[in-house]
Amino acid sequence: MASKRLILNFPAHLVDQPVTYQLIKKFDLRVNILRARITPREEGRLVVEVSGRKSNLEAGLRYLAESGLAVQPLAQEVNWRQERCIECSACVSICPTGALSVERSAMHVSFLSDKCIACELCVNACPYKAMEIVF
Amino acid sequence: MAKTIREINEKIQQGKAIVFDAEEIIELVKQKGHKTAAAEVDVVTTGTFAPMCSSGAYFNIGHSNPRIKLGGGRVTINEVPAYTGFAAVDLFLGATALPEDDPRNRIYPGRFAYGGAHVIEDLAAGKDVRLAAQAYGTDCYPRRRLDTWIRLEDMNEAVLFNMRNAYQNYNVAVNLSNRVIHTYMGVLQPRMKNATYCSAGQLSPLLNDPYYRTIGMGSAIFLGGGTGYVVGSGTQHNPTALRGENGVPRMGAGTLCVMGDLKKMSSRWLRGASFTGYGTTLAVGIGVPIPILNEEILRFTAVADADLVAQVVDYSDSYPNCIPGSLGEVSYAELKSGSITVNGKKVKTAGLSSYVRAKEIATTLKEWIQSGSFLLTEPCVPLPSVDSGMQFRPLRERPVEHQAAAIGLQV
Repeated sequence: MASKRLILNFPAHLVDQPVTYQLIKKFDLRVNILRARITPREEGRLVVEVSGRKSNLEAGLRYLAESGLAVQPLAQEVNWRQERCIECSACVSICPTGALSVERSAMHVSFLSDKCIACELCVNACPYKAMEIVF
Repeated sequence: MAKTIREINEKIQQGKAIVFDAEEIIELVKQKGHKTAAAEVDVVTTGTFAPMCSSGAYFNIGHSNPRIKLGGGRVTINEVPAYTGFAAVDLFLGATALPEDDPRNRIYPGRFAYGGAHVIEDLAAGKDVRLAAQAYGTDCYPRRRLDTWIRLEDMNEAVLFNMRNAYQNYNVAVNLSNRVIHTYMGVLQPRMKNATYCSAGQLSPLLNDPYYRTIGMGSAIFLGGGTGYVVGSGTQHNPTALRGENGVPRMGAGTLCVMGDLKKMSSRWLRGASFTGYGTTLAVGIGVPIPILNEEILRFTAVADADLVAQVVDYSDSYPNCIPGSLGEVSYAELKSGSITVNGKKVKTAGLSSYVRAKEIATTLKEWIQSGSFLLTEPCVPLPSVDSGMQFRPLRERPVEHQAAAIGLQV
């Protein structure tokens, strides 16, 4: 069972294409929508986790690429700029997945990009602009 | 065995001073007891690195040719307005000053990405900033416009002057309402879903000398990466706040006014901070060395997070409407564990003060003292303490009624 987290950017003319339906029905993939922002007639964005057999997943990814969506792997989306971070831990309580965590004796803050779902809550929570969403 | 600052400084100059930071001293006291620790230890260093809003700097930028009178005119630095109510080329810039009509602040909740604090950070980092001025012109200062790049080293004076820093304890903020609120304690989720606190706890300067026995006007400190001095108590200094049995205030109490040469400071310890939906502020690194003059002073420095408490305050209604009281009291050990319990409900916590950086400051100050490059100073005027009866009062509002009175005319 292979799994990939992706950001799907829908240009305006493709916003009403039932892409997730195709992934599920045609490619037998499990699609978990982590986050969605779709507004009619404008661009849309889905953050999804797609899982299934490796061959199906690869076929599904090819379909997405060919359909005209911009597909980006999720891990690259949130950048922790360590040189700006002061390790105050303000972001930690706001992170829904524990991607941002603090080690509770010396209070060092760390970021595990694998757990990140790009919800962007940390971006506003960080006063030092240490969390960056890279589009 | 009482020591004096002079004796301690002699030891420092010989490279023989015994220095512990305020976290290490806790362990030492556990092992050896207060009496032995007080005899052995010369200095305990403290530290804190957190947003401190009442911060700013004054500058003398040097005279242009022909001369310009900035005093009474309008000046912006990187579009942030600076205060010009001083002499020709003297300016004051506050941390929370914002560019007029910044588009990033126009749409709710407002990003407040750049303000006075960020200018101070940029200057401390050695960057060029744009100084634009309009003056009304006089015979002796005929010039009316100035638009120049300038950096810290170009200026005659650049002095960090913070009228309120190093708060002795503070609130724990929660939000009891049904909507997200944006405050200086961060973004607070509805129905008490998160709590924020802002203190270095057991490393915090004034929590380690709760009655201000060793800190006063003239005390040399670590400030912004360089050496600074305590000017006196800061604004809202409230020595008579409620204290615990250990003498430590259980809520915000004392404050410090500090200053130092900005040219010798570092942007690592002076950081512009943007609080979404609130504004900008300056995160300042401060470290205060506490001379161990007697056993009682040592006893105060051995205070630990579990012995330090703060009040949980609702920032959606109680705080804005000055409703006194708190939702409960929690210790800094509980706050740092990541979760506290308020009225039976578990609430996730987040800090705004960096404990990691506070430890780095206390360690750095310790190294400065051990290497003989930092001497302690005798405070020349003590901070007002409990016996002063000093109390932090609210504004007694006296609404202005007559137009004439409003513009200063006699009625």
